Amino acid sequence: MDYRLSHLKQLESEAIYVIRETAAQFERPVLLFSGGKDSITLAWLAQKAFSPGKLPFPMMHVDTGHNFPETIEFRDKFVSDMGARLIVGSVQESIDKGRVVEEKGPNPSRNGLQSVTLLDSIEEYKFDACLGGARRDEEKARAKERFFSHRDEFGQWEPKNQRPELWDLYNGFKHPGENFRVFPISNWTELDVWMYLMEEKVPMPNLYFAHKRKVVNRDGVWLAESPFITLMDGEQYEERTVRFRTIGDATCTGAFLSEADTIPAIIDEISTTHITERGGRADDKRSESAMEDRKKQGYF
Amino acid sequence: MDLLRFSTAGSVDDGKSTLIGRLLYDTKSIFQDQLESIERTSEARGDDYLDLALLTDGLKAEREQGITIDVAYRYFATPRRKFILADTPGHIQYTRNMVTGASTVNLAIILIDARHGVVEQTRRHSFIASLLQIKHVIVAINKMDLVDYSEEQYNKVVEEYKEFSSKLNIPDIRYIPMSALKGDNVVERGDKMPWFEGSPLLYTLETVQIGHDYNHVDSRFPVQYVIRPQSEKYPDYRGYAGRVAGGVFKPGDEVMVLPSGFTSKVKSVDTYDGPVEEAFAPMSVTITLEDDIDISRGDMIVKPENKAEVSQDIELMLCWMNEKPLQPRGKYKLKHTSRDARCIVKDVRYKVDVNTLHRVEGDNNIGLNDIGRVLIRTTVPLMKDSYTRNRYTGSVILIDEFTNETVAAGMIL
Repeated sequence: MDYRLSHLKQLESEAIYVIRETAAQFERPVLLFSGGKDSITLAWLAQKAFSPGKLPFPMMHVDTGHNFPETIEFRDKFVSDMGARLIVGSVQESIDKGRVVEEKGPNPSRNGLQSVTLLDSIEEYKFDACLGGARRDEEKARAKERFFSHRDEFGQWEPKNQRPELWDLYNGFKHPGENFRVFPISNWTELDVWMYLMEEKVPMPNLYFAHKRKVVNRDGVWLAESPFITLMDGEQYEERTVRFRTIGDATCTGAFLSEADTIPAIIDEISTTHITERGGRADDKRSESAMEDRKKQGYF
Repeated sequence: MDLLRFSTAGSVDDGKSTLIGRLLYDTKSIFQDQLESIERTSEARGDDYLDLALLTDGLKAEREQGITIDVAYRYFATPRRKFILADTPGHIQYTRNMVTGASTVNLAIILIDARHGVVEQTRRHSFIASLLQIKHVIVAINKMDLVDYSEEQYNKVVEEYKEFSSKLNIPDIRYIPMSALKGDNVVERGDKMPWFEGSPLLYTLETVQIGHDYNHVDSRFPVQYVIRPQSEKYPDYRGYAGRVAGGVFKPGDEVMVLPSGFTSKVKSVDTYDGPVEEAFAPMSVTITLEDDIDISRGDMIVKPENKAEVSQDIELMLCWMNEKPLQPRGKYKLKHTSRDARCIVKDVRYKVDVNTLHRVEGDNNIGLNDIGRVLIRTTVPLMKDSYTRNRYTGSVILIDEFTNETVAAGMIL
């Protein structure tokens, strides 16, 4: 008998183990769900981890209010099909309450503001662990993450002083007020995620597949038409066939010119691309350490 | 496809990050925007070459100081294999992060600067690799370009390492002379060292046999979580969720639950995709039993004819990872498989001098980065195997009761 698991099965088993460990070690975990491919994968794995039971924790979307309408529609259907409970943390509400102040300029991003809404929601619901779909291959600061990532009472990540993480023994002990971010798909790559979604036949939002859309090119990034963008002098929308590789805030998620309209075509495309998926994220281009800085402030 | 997990270790400035940059660059695993970003940074700093280390040093503090502080994980693939690479720090202050990166790998690369030969960090990292039972070690003798690609110098370093490592327990050690900076013997052979008859690094990584890293003999199933849907469809379902830590479980198998000693039979091995015929390490599954017995997280399902040892007195090799030294007679929290316990350090048997690998008897001061043999007594029995037999049922971590920091990695003897 050849006792071997394919590499996707190994990654699946590891992720399920981490998800179960989170449910067992924490009192009030929550699964962060944005409707993007990584959180869809995570939610799918969580469903597998507790089958035939239901998820023993709710899901939470930190809604910037700058979403593509398709994302919200997909989110609601996916969560209800899973039979899970969805909590929505609203950045708009945080703005209305005066907790945060919106950026000025032609291209305001609410990405930074998300952290405040997230931390407020954590406090409100007393969550002690937030499962997230971050992957280490996404970005250089993310490459440094542990599976169990300790955050102090301010929600801060201290990359210089992370707990050693040995074998599959995850230390979730904490003091009141502190919490953990848990990343079960740390070891997955963008390609792994797509291969898995294909293998598992998981329903996906249509934004990921090539479609015609009005876009404007700003600093080399194709931004989709949305009420949250103000066109600058000389800019105008044009129709192109595009798809998205990551789905976030509509103001900073760049579209890619692409004809890939099926998962196999997407897999072909990312296998040969020369650009990382975050290459189209305007929020990462703001500085050399944009992600690290956001994470230190409590970003997920 | 096959998956190889490996780590790189070695002293500061021996070129680990450059080696990884080279490996990624030459396997075309670097994207254009990443390359442009490091080109900009190299240029802004006034470097006259492309600093490939910038690819892996992802933290601001690392880029400022030019040293690796924490493990960075990288992913790449060739047509032969997928790789997960843990780039671990060389600085002694961050040895704990080296142990973190190395604890889950099949293979370790230990870099040596060809000019300096074996140094204390080489010995420490090799000893840790041996303790962690990493079966394959590649000794990369780097910076050959700085010793004029001298075969004599290479042989000298190899001899030095062989003499030291004869006292270690590493079954497969291979040596490769290379220049990570220039790319000799990383992915391509290059033409500078015709005297070297072995394969370049990548070929070795692609072809090393790693089939037997899991124990498929001794059946071990630590219960992680009990699944009881209590739904209309599953009113009486009671499943024990966990990841197989060793051996094989099939429906019909006679099993025993530890520590209680109750016996039953496996009714089914379930997954979301339906029941399966058997489960083996490292599969995550849910086991149901014929009889309703009291089982909770922390218990272990085994076979009655091949039990794990149940004991409260545990002998360990410890890697100490905290600034605050081990307190003799001190109490700690402990994690072992899915089981939490507390423990007291009953005795420090000896400390190991990593340079000579000699036991230092009578020295009970186990401080940061020290390795020592200790005896602990736990509040509840652990179902244990020796680490040599099973990495997952043979390892523990110790946790400070007040700060909750992970202070030590322990391997059961």
